Amino acid sequence: MATEPEVAAAVHILLDGRPVEARPGEMIIAAAERAGVYIPRFCYHPRMKPVGMCRMCLVDVKGPRGFALTPACFVAVAEGQEVVTDSPAVKKAQDGVLEFLLVNHPLDCPVCDKGGECPLQDQTLAFGPGESRFVEEKRHWEKPIALSDLVLLDRERCIQCARCTRFADEIAGDPQIDFAERADRIEVATFPGQPFTSYFSGNTVQICPVGALTATPYRFKARPWDLEEVESTCTTCAVGCRMAVQSSGDWLTRYLGVDIDPVNLGWLCDKGRFGFEAIISKERVTAPLIRKAGELVEVSWAEALDSVSSSLKDALRVHGPGSVAVLGGARLTNEDAYAWAKLAKSVLGTDHVDAQLGDGLPAEVVLGLPRATIDDACSAGALVLLAPDVKEELPVLYLRLRAAALDRGLPIIEITPQRTGLSRYAGGTLMYRPGEAAAVARALVSSTAPGADAGGVPAAALSRAWSTLQDTDNVVVVLGRPSLAESSTLVVEAARVLAAGLPGARFLPALRRGNVHGALDMGLAPGILPGRVGLEAGREWYAAAWGSLPATSGLDCQGILSAAAEGKLQNLFLLGADPLSDFPDRDLATRALAGAGQVVAVDTFLSDSSKRANVVLPAAMFAERPGTTTNMEGRVSRLAQKVTPPGAAWPDWMIAAELAFRLDRDLGFSDLAAVWDEIEKLAPSHSGITRDLLASPAGADGVVAPLRAESKETDGEAVRPATLTVGTGTAVEFPALDAYSLRLVSGRTLWDAGVTVTRSPSLKGLAPSLRLRVNPYDLDRLGVTTGDSVRLHAPRRSCVLETVADAGVPRGSASLAFNTPGDGVADLIDATSAVTDVRLENL
Amino acid sequence: MAVSDAPRIVTARLDHPDSHTLRRFLATGGYDGLRRALSMGPEAVREEVNKASLLGRGGAGFPAGQKWSMLRKAEPVYLVVNGDESEPATFKDHMLIEGDPHQIIEGTLITAFAIGAAQAFIYIRGEFALGLERMTQAVNEAYEHGAAGRDVFGSGWSMDVVVHPGAGAYICGDETGLLESLEGKRGFPRIKPPFFPAVYGLYQAPTVVNNVETMSNIPWIVLNGGDAFTALGDNRSRGTRVFAVSGHVKRPGNYEVEMVKTTFRDLIYAPVYGAGISGDRALKAFIPGGASSYWFGPDRLDMPLDQDEVGKAGTMLGSGSIVAMDETACMVRAAWRLTKFFHAESCGQCTPCREGGGWLEKIMRRIESGQGREADLELLLDVCDNIAPGLTWPPRQTTICPLGPSIPSPIVSAVRMFRDEFLVHIKEGACPYGH
Repeated sequence: MATEPEVAAAVHILLDGRPVEARPGEMIIAAAERAGVYIPRFCYHPRMKPVGMCRMCLVDVKGPRGFALTPACFVAVAEGQEVVTDSPAVKKAQDGVLEFLLVNHPLDCPVCDKGGECPLQDQTLAFGPGESRFVEEKRHWEKPIALSDLVLLDRERCIQCARCTRFADEIAGDPQIDFAERADRIEVATFPGQPFTSYFSGNTVQICPVGALTATPYRFKARPWDLEEVESTCTTCAVGCRMAVQSSGDWLTRYLGVDIDPVNLGWLCDKGRFGFEAIISKERVTAPLIRKAGELVEVSWAEALDSVSSSLKDALRVHGPGSVAVLGGARLTNEDAYAWAKLAKSVLGTDHVDAQLGDGLPAEVVLGLPRATIDDACSAGALVLLAPDVKEELPVLYLRLRAAALDRGLPIIEITPQRTGLSRYAGGTLMYRPGEAAAVARALVSSTAPGADAGGVPAAALSRAWSTLQDTDNVVVVLGRPSLAESSTLVVEAARVLAAGLPGARFLPALRRGNVHGALDMGLAPGILPGRVGLEAGREWYAAAWGSLPATSGLDCQGILSAAAEGKLQNLFLLGADPLSDFPDRDLATRALAGAGQVVAVDTFLSDSSKRANVVLPAAMFAERPGTTTNMEGRVSRLAQKVTPPGAAWPDWMIAAELAFRLDRDLGFSDLAAVWDEIEKLAPSHSGITRDLLASPAGADGVVAPLRAESKETDGEAVRPATLTVGTGTAVEFPALDAYSLRLVSGRTLWDAGVTVTRSPSLKGLAPSLRLRVNPYDLDRLGVTTGDSVRLHAPRRSCVLETVADAGVPRGSASLAFNTPGDGVADLIDATSAVTDVRLENL
Repeated sequence: MAVSDAPRIVTARLDHPDSHTLRRFLATGGYDGLRRALSMGPEAVREEVNKASLLGRGGAGFPAGQKWSMLRKAEPVYLVVNGDESEPATFKDHMLIEGDPHQIIEGTLITAFAIGAAQAFIYIRGEFALGLERMTQAVNEAYEHGAAGRDVFGSGWSMDVVVHPGAGAYICGDETGLLESLEGKRGFPRIKPPFFPAVYGLYQAPTVVNNVETMSNIPWIVLNGGDAFTALGDNRSRGTRVFAVSGHVKRPGNYEVEMVKTTFRDLIYAPVYGAGISGDRALKAFIPGGASSYWFGPDRLDMPLDQDEVGKAGTMLGSGSIVAMDETACMVRAAWRLTKFFHAESCGQCTPCREGGGWLEKIMRRIESGQGREADLELLLDVCDNIAPGLTWPPRQTTICPLGPSIPSPIVSAVRMFRDEFLVHIKEGACPYGH
């Protein structure tokens, strides 16, 4: 009992006569809850600031003039404080509030989605009076009204707790809903003509304590008592939010955010939350397909696998392992990815493997730089963002960084070619000319304050950011592709400059796709073996375990597509990859699919690319198979199966195992657990992350790989190969921008033409049409205003686009969103050019 | 009937038709108090005001000097003057704003000087069109005269005064509701803790919020000394106060009287004040301190206008509004009317006020229209009790601001004092007064 600091830190209160230790600054309601006393509440939410509106949490707190009714949600504990939660006065006050809440609340529980999981219903049932004393007419509203395409509001049910309005303002930074009117005519409303378009709107539905807010994808679909749930990790993007997956029978109905400290704090983005609609889509591929007479027709697994394996055998015999390539893998679980990496590199003998589609960063950079967690980023002395717009691509990371900026003043320096969702909260937004990020990075890490403009960024702004970085040795860099219209080598160059110039800096890789980090960790990248090991460094270790390995490093996505286009690939596997949509050069992707011998798509839908495949193998997707996934931090967490895959869809690892079997090899595992056990045994970065650890309470929030050295057992086995590190690089050359051109910038938007959005009926309509955003100054020069169309001439082709004046795009640049419905920016980009310059012509 | 010959501290100038002009103001000692304050220094000014025992004139009656001393030690400090007077039958500030804006500005400047404010804001009820015009004009004149702005009267001290119109909500008269409104937000009163204005007020800075009548007293106190002010009145209630007398009196109006030395009877019956009940009918009851106060019967007429004395009797002097109701008044209807007001003006934040106010209004309306049930009387009292537990004075509240516990006052007063009248409504199925 003598550990001084802890005793000094605790606050002692008397709760219902019982001594309780509370944390300093903690609200009474939270301290009581930890001590096992639940004080009823509606407006209080532990992740938001208290408002004290519902008045349900009134308890007796002793003050100078005796006990007084006090809201437990916004009064903090104090040393010696006496709190009584069950006195007659408290009971009467709480009963009174409950009765008041029911005065205007409709009794439509039987048709209310919230019925069965409604705090108001539960409290009324537990403590409420049996009969109503209210004989007057209740307040009536038109019901429901749409706040947006996704969220509906039933104002009659609303109890004005301000959870939704607070969430929108405080957590999401989208204050698009607020209270209008007053007294019992008060209502949550949007501003005229401005719907609630927050990317996070679904959270308001989850935290609504009554059935006032409902979401179109779930509305009237199920009753809560019919639902079963498992906890899993969202793989819509690489943030890896924990969530509850619910189904009614074998039918997915809803996802809910699960609150874990290190990642999502209970929040989800709308794409993650509502994307389950794609999984239950009728458009899923449910049987193996083989192209016969030009048409894809359903066949048995046996026929499909025989066809693939015989084609593979021929290719390997005649053309060698270099004629086979595997693209994609971010949809896969870690186990799936490992199985496919082992199949490709050991059984097929090819290193032409890449989980990324030319829209990410080289694996050795992602895996080799010292890694930061999301918490590290939020608690850094300064955060440098050399990344895409995290609000669009990694939405819940945006929530975390925004909160860190607002709550603790995290200094954020953005190195970006255009304004992002975080710019409002950034201390410095350094808008570089596309291609010139490295020049900005060099200025930031120079030994003296920058005295000259660099990369299009004024010296004064550089100097301010430079000073911020001087103030701390705790820098975290969020690293990704700020624009898909510039070569990744330019970003890598900038990253190397930062890594070398900011000793001790850690990196949080901002690659977007679900389990892309797990896929890279498992070796689905050229020159990489599972566990963040280089091919040569790990050759001996893996040769002993796997047998043969590729002789040399293989091609990355761009190399694979180029080889295919030149007719050098006999077999091209697409593991959920859709290069036609995602590779930033559609011309090359089109030629590649045409030039490859046999294209085998292991996919969940017929995408633009898999439609052109010779064989399509149906894969199970999220919620349909168990396993593990890895987020951007390297956090390994468990996925749960909730429903059965549709039709004959299989988990990807089983497909790999079956193919190996047909090539007379055994991957060596007959069940999923065996795959993970092999990963834990072989992959250096995953040593010690056992199934038991992941299933234990210590692994509930996931486990960041690698485990810290002190927690790892050294078992006297063979020395595992060292993991990758990144060295400094050399400058990349690119052409100067001429005065008549604009340099293209392209980033993704949350609502895009990807599978999740286009296959979810509720999300489908949200993707914006393609519009060209240009600085108003440049538009003026052309004599064009917002809404006018212009002809855009790129080296590849020209097209007509509607323009939008946007001061968030710097002068001399032109911005187009990536992967929008219809023809898009990928048609304009030449993957072999460092940057893409375009000219606009006034129609 | 005793009418004291105390000086009129804040309304003296109002006898002149041009009382709102700078010319009249200067001709009657205007801005002398400010000049004196500047020469005294902030500490001495605070001491005089402390000595004066100037109870705030907005309604809560908190000592102004004490309020100034409670500021969190931080920069900047703001001064906000509350001119959002919006309660039915309260119209004293209205008159001061229209009639003597310079006096308010002078008090504001002196206070800003005394508390070391960085800027002063005068928040005026939006419906006071003439008041806003005159206050804005007066502030402009004060700048031209050198009394406000940079280097006031060559003293080296500078102060900006901003006039801000309200947007039509009673709740913005609550000091934290006002601060929200002043910040451009919806007028939701703030939770306390932590948002006590003296700690986290306007823009989270320590802030003094004072009423316009309180400000109007400051120049006189500085010029005449705290002792001169304390010589008037008695106990804790010192100086004079403006009371708005209305209802069934022959001469409704604002009357500045010496505290304690004057009684309710004086205000209602003295020929120079209310001059008695219209038609010389009998007084049935009166509201002693604005719509939120519990009512008094004629038996309390001789109670002195002493804040603490009235408090001990179970109600308050509050906003200084006295409404006389004679024998022709229907008490159910009167209480219903006030309930309607509170219900309409509830900001909607706290459940008991938002829902309770509406419920009570519906019950009261039902009884007045002859649809009441006997059980409604107990229901009324119990619903009121759930808003202000115990129905005590001062009220215990279940809400963020005092609007909630204001709702029960008229209802509980009417039910307790005039239960029979309710029963007649219920039994006869109609209002006996023919409404």
